[in-house]
Amino acid sequence: MADSVFKGNAITIGDDVSTDDIIPGRFAHLRSNLPELATHTLEDRLPGFYERAQPGDILVGGRNFGLGSSREHAPVVIRMAGISAILVRSVARIFYRNAINQGLAVLICDTSGITDGDELEIRLNDGIVVNHRAGEELSCGRMPPLMSNILAAGGLIPYIKEHGTLDSGT
Amino acid sequence: MGKTLAEKILAERSGTDAWANDIVISRVDLVFVQDTTGPLTIRLFNETGIGRPAVPERTILFMDHAAPSPARQLSTDHVFMREFGRQSGCVVSDVGEGVCHQIVAERYARPGEVVVGADSHSVTAGGLGAFGTGMGSSDVAVAMALGRNWFRVPESLGITLTGQLSPPVCSKDLILYLIGLLGADGATYMALEFSGPGVASLTVPDRLVVSNMAVEAGAKAGLFPSDERTRDFLESMERGHDYVPLFPDADAKYAGAIRVALDSLVPVVSCPHTVDNVSPAAELGDVRVDQVFLGTCTNGRIEDIAMVAAMVSGRKKAESTRVLVAPASRQVLLRAIEQGHIATLVEFGATILPPGCAGCLGLHQGILGDGEVCLSTANRNFKGRMGNPDAFVYLASPATAAATAIRGCITDPREIS
Ligand code: SF4
Repeated sequence: MADSVFKGNAITIGDDVSTDDIIPGRFAHLRSNLPELATHTLEDRLPGFYERAQPGDILVGGRNFGLGSSREHAPVVIRMAGISAILVRSVARIFYRNAINQGLAVLICDTSGITDGDELEIRLNDGIVVNHRAGEELSCGRMPPLMSNILAAGGLIPYIKEHGTLDSGT
Repeated sequence: MGKTLAEKILAERSGTDAWANDIVISRVDLVFVQDTTGPLTIRLFNETGIGRPAVPERTILFMDHAAPSPARQLSTDHVFMREFGRQSGCVVSDVGEGVCHQIVAERYARPGEVVVGADSHSVTAGGLGAFGTGMGSSDVAVAMALGRNWFRVPESLGITLTGQLSPPVCSKDLILYLIGLLGADGATYMALEFSGPGVASLTVPDRLVVSNMAVEAGAKAGLFPSDERTRDFLESMERGHDYVPLFPDADAKYAGAIRVALDSLVPVVSCPHTVDNVSPAAELGDVRVDQVFLGTCTNGRIEDIAMVAAMVSGRKKAESTRVLVAPASRQVLLRAIEQGHIATLVEFGATILPPGCAGCLGLHQGILGDGEVCLSTANRNFKGRMGNPDAFVYLASPATAAATAIRGCITDPREIS
């Protein structure tokens, strides 16, 4: 069972973060070497991200986070960099599913008031994000039951290993 | 109340009375991976412990993104995929066969099917009336293992087309115009569904271009009905028996409606570094181009190559512009040779690359230098896309690519007689 409360500091990044920003195609030769690939996470967009990210940090984006390709390596390397959850204003469809399938929570809320370094707490079961710096609570909604069951199992493959099928989740 | 194409296909394949926003578990008729997503998908498939793909003969492993491979790690990924193909009975589409989405259209996808690929441009199959959609490796691994996956039935944006395109305006200009209108997230979670009297004027190759780029507006699918044009195309691929007609119900409910008069469109270009940054080619001013790239799953078909060959025949390319041509598949290359286009392009000064993705995603075969500008017929121009975050990629139709290769700067093809 994955955690349902995440606490960490915000690392902010702007709108339209593409999967080419997260892992540029030029590193495709490293895709079977995930630890090495992870060191290049977001390096064109947020130089020094991999070194800076601390276990538990929360990545905070704007609109249309994760647009572009279907490479599931994108949420994988973000998770490997230590990020515990992603908060965004909106998220591209394939990235959203991929992240949940990798057990990485992506929550949708109004991120415009969050600044870099803010101390955040996400309460998944209540659908709430608390910004301790601003003393603010943001609503982040809830996922469809099948998706939250997949997230709770730690991802889609662990879910399938546990259930052998998808059907029990709907 | 009637159903949209998305609702019809997913209802039929899930055996439920599916409507938009329902979550259904649907049969998947065709599953594929490519060489940058395939190794992870195979590892995840192995982790499920299910052991054997549900339908190996409809599970395709494509080697197209790094084909032939430029690096030992990628070559080793190919070795891993071939080995899995041998053990599992999945179909291997090896180096030189071409880009996955083109081959799916040539040989595999049928109207009314659910097609899932570990590649975002799997929406391309929508041009044939198949619910094609891209998914990540975990989802594709599950589709491989179970022959099924879960889907949220998308709401559909109804796009009504009237009139017909006036050459040299291409269906690429239609989709670039629409993405400019909708924005890069304007159709997130939705299907784009094309209908209206203008649809019949678009051939399946024209439609594949449009469906291919539906994902650039965030869409989950880009669907055309299956009509006489679909039959023509399937017959031209010697699979007329795969034809089934498929139309949305007349009283289907759409989340929004857009009308586009095809005659009113002009050649447009998507400027760096987002696909929705669209301007008419004629209004760009003097943009000098170092490299023109004709190819990819968007515009590397025989129709595209034939159009460019006709425009550049008897001319020489601009001296300071490199021209790269990558046919989308072996079949496209063969037809281009038979029809004499390859000779025309080589005389023009073009470099012919093997069938595959070539420089599209910046792995090899046409990586840009610092500060360089490329005009490409592909579908993405994100920063770093063609291998260099300090380069600039513009997207346009094959006609605009031909005009640009002649002049050396971005040129409205209507200026070239
Ligand atoms: S041609 Fe480009 S967009 Fe198409 S599948 Fe290959 S890399 Fe992706």
